[in-house]
Amino acid sequence: MTRRKDLDPAEKARSGRNIALGLGLAAFVVLVFVVTVVKLGGNVGPHF
Amino acid sequence: MAQSTVLMSQQDEATPTVRHARWQDYFQLLKPRVMSLVVFTALTGLLAARTPIHPLLGAVAVLCVAIGAGASGALNMWYDADIDAKMRRTRGRPVPAGLVKGEEAATLGVVLSLLSVMLMGMAINWLAAGLLAFTIVFYAVVYTMWLKRWTAQNIVIGGLAGALPPAIGWAAATGHAPLNAWLMVLIIFLWTPPHFWALSLYISTDYAKAGVPMLPVVKGAKETRKQVLLYSLVLIPVCIAPVFTGLGGWLYLAVSGLGGLVFLILAWRVFASNAGDAADPRAADRDLYEVKDEASAADAKDSRKALAGGARNARNLFAFSILYLFALFAALLAEAVLGLKVLELPL
Repeated sequence: MTRRKDLDPAEKARSGRNIALGLGLAAFVVLVFVVTVVKLGGNVGPHF
Repeated sequence: MAQSTVLMSQQDEATPTVRHARWQDYFQLLKPRVMSLVVFTALTGLLAARTPIHPLLGAVAVLCVAIGAGASGALNMWYDADIDAKMRRTRGRPVPAGLVKGEEAATLGVVLSLLSVMLMGMAINWLAAGLLAFTIVFYAVVYTMWLKRWTAQNIVIGGLAGALPPAIGWAAATGHAPLNAWLMVLIIFLWTPPHFWALSLYISTDYAKAGVPMLPVVKGAKETRKQVLLYSLVLIPVCIAPVFTGLGGWLYLAVSGLGGLVFLILAWRVFASNAGDAADPRAADRDLYEVKDEASAADAKDSRKALAGGARNARNLFAFSILYLFALFAALLAEAVLGLKVLELPL
């Protein structure tokens, strides 16, 4: 596997963009999950 | 994502410097500096409502406003790339600089718009989401695609888009938007013309070159200076109004009153100066700025000195206007966070 520091500038820039996009999507998924838990929190508790 | 590249230097044609688009270039499309002011005013609206909201949901609401503002910025940069390329202040932006393709900026703008509005609607409430959607459409379509290239009143009407975030924040916290929320909107709405016209007084040549009908380009510097003063005279009483409507307290009264006084003094100085005349072909004594012979050299020197002073006055008002708006909202924010009592002074 090629290490990041060995990449040429074009590949390094693309790698940076991909990492940023991946982190953004992961953050969105986590955010939707946490918001769902918070919104449901008050209503789910009484059923258990 | 395309691999956008740009030739940074062509001085040495054998080894040109090529720069590849980084994630930071895409982030620049979101106009982070504008976004920070929008976030701040939305947060103030959210907290000034003084209604308890789950901290995470409050943060999500502000995040949605930030993403929505960023989306409008990206759409604006896509549509205005031709104008941006002609202006010194904006030619380094990612699209005119060739770092990011216009279609990519547009796609980013549309995707983030949908994401921010849907998330706001589902996580917070649909009034806040509706106001956010209206703001994005108003900025990207009404202002960018229509008003900006059509009328000298572009920033007056278009300013509504930048003014709405406090109402979105208030609506996110309470589910409704009462008079005090709209008073905050009105403050930013009336603040925008003197703020932007002060800026355009010293960069109007750029706007003229790009064919943007800013007030100094269309009506001249003198008319612009008059409008700056008139709008300032209307703005300051409106900035003080929150202490009569139960929105601001003593701290807000002090900030809005003292800051308003300084604002008016600076606006008067702009009015009394010749700011913007250098670029205005209508300016009566413009020929004085050009040295035709040795005898007129002294006059020209004096005129240039006055001109530099005028530009400085416009710069001072522009800089102070940012500080004033920030201080007003910071005072409201501080009073809300510290739970300070609001005033409802009789008129």
